Amino acid sequence: MAIEIEQPSSVELSKVAVSETHGENSPYFAGWKAYDEDPYHESNNPSGVIQMGLAENQVSFDLLEEYSEQHSEAFTWGKGAPGFRENALFQDYHGLQSFREAMASFMEQIRGGRAKFDPDRVVLTAGATAANELLTFILADPGDALLVPTPYYPGFDRDLRWRTGVKIVPIHCDSSNNFQITPQALEAAYKEAEAMNKKVRGVLITNPSNPLGATIQRSVLEEILDFVTHKNIHLVSDEIYSGSAFSSSEFISIEEILESRKYKNSERVHIVYSLSKDLGLPGFRVGTIYSYNDKVVTTARRMSSFTLISSQTQHLLASMLSNKKFTENYIKTNRERLRKRYEMIIQGLKNAGIECLKGNAGLFCWMNLSPLLEEQTREGELALWDSMLHEVKLNISPGSSCHCSEPGWFRVCFANMSEQTLEIALKRIHDFMQQRERQRKPISSQ
Amino acid sequence: MGVLSKIATNNRHGEDSPYFEGWKAFDRNPFHLTQNPQGVIQMGLAENQLCFDLIEDWIRKNPYASICTAEGVGEFKDIANFQDYHGLPEFRQAVANFMGRVRGGRVTFDPDRIVMGGGATGANEQIIFCLADPGDAFLVPTPYYPAFDRDLGWRTGVEIVPVHCDSSNKFRITRAALEEAYEKAREANINVKGLIITNPSNPLGITLDRDTLKSLVSFINEKNIHLVCDEIYAATLFCSPKFISIAEVIQEMDCNHDLIHIVYSLSKDMGLPGFRVGIVYSYNDEVVSCGRKMSSFGLVSSHTQFFLASMLSDDEFVETFLAESSKRLAKRYHIFTKRLEQVGINCLKGNAGLFLWMDLRHLLPQKTLEAEMKLWHTIVNNVKLNVSPGSSFRCQEPGWFRVCFANMDDETVDIALKRIEAFVRQGKEGGENTATRKHWQPNLRLSLKSRKCDQGVLSPHMMSPHSPMPKSPLVLART
Repeated sequence: MAIEIEQPSSVELSKVAVSETHGENSPYFAGWKAYDEDPYHESNNPSGVIQMGLAENQVSFDLLEEYSEQHSEAFTWGKGAPGFRENALFQDYHGLQSFREAMASFMEQIRGGRAKFDPDRVVLTAGATAANELLTFILADPGDALLVPTPYYPGFDRDLRWRTGVKIVPIHCDSSNNFQITPQALEAAYKEAEAMNKKVRGVLITNPSNPLGATIQRSVLEEILDFVTHKNIHLVSDEIYSGSAFSSSEFISIEEILESRKYKNSERVHIVYSLSKDLGLPGFRVGTIYSYNDKVVTTARRMSSFTLISSQTQHLLASMLSNKKFTENYIKTNRERLRKRYEMIIQGLKNAGIECLKGNAGLFCWMNLSPLLEEQTREGELALWDSMLHEVKLNISPGSSCHCSEPGWFRVCFANMSEQTLEIALKRIHDFMQQRERQRKPISSQ
Repeated sequence: MGVLSKIATNNRHGEDSPYFEGWKAFDRNPFHLTQNPQGVIQMGLAENQLCFDLIEDWIRKNPYASICTAEGVGEFKDIANFQDYHGLPEFRQAVANFMGRVRGGRVTFDPDRIVMGGGATGANEQIIFCLADPGDAFLVPTPYYPAFDRDLGWRTGVEIVPVHCDSSNKFRITRAALEEAYEKAREANINVKGLIITNPSNPLGITLDRDTLKSLVSFINEKNIHLVCDEIYAATLFCSPKFISIAEVIQEMDCNHDLIHIVYSLSKDMGLPGFRVGIVYSYNDEVVSCGRKMSSFGLVSSHTQFFLASMLSDDEFVETFLAESSKRLAKRYHIFTKRLEQVGINCLKGNAGLFLWMDLRHLLPQKTLEAEMKLWHTIVNNVKLNVSPGSSFRCQEPGWFRVCFANMDDETVDIALKRIEAFVRQGKEGGENTATRKHWQPNLRLSLKSRKCDQGVLSPHMMSPHSPMPKSPLVLART
């Protein structure tokens, strides 16, 4: 009855499974591991590593908690379990109509009412992670290329490339012009892809930008739209941080540019959004694709079968997001708190002699430590990063993990901790800089 | 305008199949006990709606399981923030526990091997991404769940090689059929990476016996290919023989555990398809690690993980639920099979699942696909029942139909059976109409309780909730 197995031969997994394209061996994640091994805690572990590599928004939970408590009957099955059955059965990939409407409306509110979104173009996915991958499956074939401005969110390496087989060709940006995307850089990236024999299918931008923490200017958006139109390729605008712009008027969505062009040629444009950053609900897995292309909407909707949002969660959020009073107050308060945090960290870094890129959005700042590098190279940057992690005990993200071509820049998150913790982090940086300064001065001048 | 990808423009999403005609008929004219008693009754939807009252009762008694009640809101922040692809430890523990209980405690599951997927739909796709490259193939016994074409192959680029089974031996998967399919693939230079089975079987409604399972394990071991067991219907067992999980079989045999993977979900056993709880459980460490990373594309909402962690670790509730669910499914099954038998319709002897595999071969003038489709059109359009034709499950033997019985209330069951009885009688009487017309009268007995149940399922205003079928493939987003 027993089968003789001489030697269980190592059985093959797929190429996708054995590849490293999931990206988890990058230094971006090494810092996380260091944090996991020695996490800071106010009282239990005050000398632990402070996590500044995680772009989470924890500044406005109190507003959500308050809402939940006050409205538990309306949207949960807290006491009476009304509508549970219907909700538990609902797996239609169109998504709950009320939820799509609430999302469209929320997206409009974030853009100060300057944009209009049609709920029937909203496709739901389990997080922006899934949305970006799904769009890539739809817009490109394996071996094709997407152009992505650097520096970019490290997760794109996995989301856009891993299972899709699509390549990322970088659009290089640097500090000479505040890392703005230029027509020359777009053209150079396109040519680079051509030289590698890769068919370019689209450009993917993140606006507001991660990791720069800045919105893209109107003129630049116009140039990008002109570029993709001229090349007849797609444009994906990941607007996941749109509600985290410190002032509503400074964020310009691609939708506004399209509207000003009367939606001519808009079938090539697709917007990705999520509630993970603006509402601070990454655990709920709420992502959306908004496309101006009917075929993309239909196909994306079908594909979303692999990654639907829990109907329980859709139900909860539909209620919350259609409460205009709540959302208006939330959006306004959240922006204000983020702005205050930003100012606090910028000032603190300035006092320590550190400059940052002028930012106006997001949950992080883009810090320039190039003056501290022993050599202006990636190795120099990683050496400094290592000191920051193990000596200063701060997990910040090195620019090279974001594919920045200019060494010495670091992304520092500020919204995923209390103000007290941020003070302590700033003090550590201050002390570190002072110590460095002392070490640099020749002995005679001390 | 920029062209879309090959994946986007091919039809491996599966929605162009004639299978959907029945759905369209239902959507156009959905049955409702009071508002549309002449409408089409949905019997093509494998949902389990029999035990919601038990769950609702538990919810009422356990407000802390929700993060939106006064009792539970203290957890809101941590849960809302939790996106770790390992999943909430309590959730994994509860699921592992539940899976063990469903198998009568005969096996235990390691919570650290529990990997999430976006429903079983996402889980099946995920495991294929881990095991096979584009152009590779998986063996799948027929008849099989129609959406496997999409789930296993659409974005993965993997092909399905069918392993044909028929009624000559009660649709059991034979070693000979496996070998034949495998050889044929090899001759065509197709690289077979594994075998995927559904146990209990959809659409057959039966569990696989121990000998068959052992022979499958020895087959894949010999060929050094993977075995994926979709056990999504594990807890829908309603009579003997008992369900034997692959987890039990590999305890009794020497085999390479690196080849064994289980897919699970709560969509059928607990009736919670909306919650998108898919699970990949692999005995292969590399697959667990890789699958976990991939689960980023389809994590279970932490909101839902939290709720289920609580519910599924309530041992008393789980025991009661499983026992009661089994009882209610058995009752449904027997009502149907008995009355069908009385009009000369037999079904494959089933013991699990949410459907019957009904034998209408005797009603076919010829044993052809065309005859089956013609009969099916009659059933959908005249008898007004959306049942699923065997051909949509790639069954090679015409005349079989899958009939779902757990997605409706008792009154509707009665009406559906009356319609079938009338149809059969009509056929026997050679098309005589007057006698049958009486039986087509709507059931005038109003019951408030049933009306409340109807709202969820039968209201004409509600979209067909089932995935993969859309409300209508013809819906286009409007500018």
